Amino acid sequence: MLETVIVMLAKIVVVFGALLLAVAYMTWIERKLIADIQVRLGPMRVGPHGLLQPIADGIKLMFKEDLIPSQAERVVFLLAPSLSIVPAFIAFAVIPFGDSTTLFGLLARPVPLYITDIDVGVLFIFAVASLGVYGIVLAGWSSNNKYSLLGGLRSSAQLISYELSMGLSVVGVLLLAGSLSLVDIVKAQAGLDWWGGILPVPRWFLFSQPLGFCLYFCCALAETNRAPFDLPEAETELVAGFHTEYSSMKFAMFFMAEYANMITVSALATTLFLGGWLGPIGPSPVWFLGKVFLLLFLFIWFRATLPRFRYDQLMQFGWKCLLPLALVNAVATAIFQVVWGG
Amino acid sequence: MELAIFAGLALVAGGSALLVILQRHAVYSALFLIIAMGALAGIYILLAAYFVWVIQVIVYAGAIMVLFLFVIMLLDIGREQAPWAPPDRGRIVAALLLTLVLLVELGMAVAQRLVPQASTGPVVAGEFGTTRLVGRLLFTDFLFPFEITSIILLVAMVGAMVLAKRRLP
Repeated sequence: MLETVIVMLAKIVVVFGALLLAVAYMTWIERKLIADIQVRLGPMRVGPHGLLQPIADGIKLMFKEDLIPSQAERVVFLLAPSLSIVPAFIAFAVIPFGDSTTLFGLLARPVPLYITDIDVGVLFIFAVASLGVYGIVLAGWSSNNKYSLLGGLRSSAQLISYELSMGLSVVGVLLLAGSLSLVDIVKAQAGLDWWGGILPVPRWFLFSQPLGFCLYFCCALAETNRAPFDLPEAETELVAGFHTEYSSMKFAMFFMAEYANMITVSALATTLFLGGWLGPIGPSPVWFLGKVFLLLFLFIWFRATLPRFRYDQLMQFGWKCLLPLALVNAVATAIFQVVWGG
Repeated sequence: MELAIFAGLALVAGGSALLVILQRHAVYSALFLIIAMGALAGIYILLAAYFVWVIQVIVYAGAIMVLFLFVIMLLDIGREQAPWAPPDRGRIVAALLLTLVLLVELGMAVAQRLVPQASTGPVVAGEFGTTRLVGRLLFTDFLFPFEITSIILLVAMVGAMVLAKRRLP
């Protein structure tokens, strides 16, 4: 009993700490990558190659003056940043980041590398993600500022629209895996397929659900408010959108929530489409982290490449393109599974 | 332990439900409604109905309430300014009738629970509340209500669309 509790606490602390560190260093990676793409150097001064920049930024944000507008709805204004960041971190509770391990023989029994595995894992993540909207909407409303309110309204409309397509885009995977538990879904992707009898291809759902993966990735970009879907904080029209009135650590919490959400959707994509922790050789968490990083790299690449959508284009794309495609994908997979599947 | 958790959740649900109608500001009413939904979701966990719990959070707390907030903010409904006035007689009668219906329904549910039932349906012990079982029941025993519900929702959607479009020139 005591051992289970200690192991559980250790896992929570490690995952939480790693996530916080990853969030901090994602900002550095993003600045460096975009600088490279734009043929600049990016942060160079603080530490070698600017490696200490995120820590300097964190310290700076902590010592900034914490402003609350006099006309703001105080309680909601204070609550909104936490409503935004808590769901972003909670979602990681069900993501399996590795096979079971004995930590090089240090532990008596193998410990599975996930915090918890629940029967409705995928739905849990969607449920938690859908709660993240409140932080943004309430921040926009409670600031009592036109730009903030417009940003908040835009984001709620955007998140509701893309949540539907996101949920439908993974239905194909769920049908093929026959489970909603993320651990079972990863295990269903073990093994190799031989394409044409010669080309070995891992049995990841990326290869059986290519359309599903593309749809999921588009929706993930929109759900995390990343370019080209970053309309809630379109700085050229809305100053800074929903977090215009926020400063100091409260602003930092929105910032951290965005990056944590990026990592969460990438981790979910890895689990659902890229075989999670599965890899040919070596420790499984390394494979998991590598795949997540690859997706995060894609996120940044998209931001550096594509200009922002117009609002009507965003809605058209979501409702008239992604949603029908996701429906077709789900129905086609279901028919395939009934006719040819087991 | 279970009773204590249930009592806590029930208190939160009841209290926030009361606050929904006692608040002067529409946004705060909506926020308390979200808390009430969350407490209900917690009670579903106590009942081991995990699928219903997750759906409750996704659909009610995550989607419907966001739309509520969206509409409230879009229409900019602020604090109620008008002083309280006694409602007209028609409203009182309607409210009393609806309350009566609710009380009768509640009484029937409690009475049913008190009389021991012979059959409890095709519930498999240990599988109760899992997605698999809910899905199977939904597409076998409860197929007809399930399909009817979807048609009702479709009709409501088309109706809303027709009503909204009629105003346009």
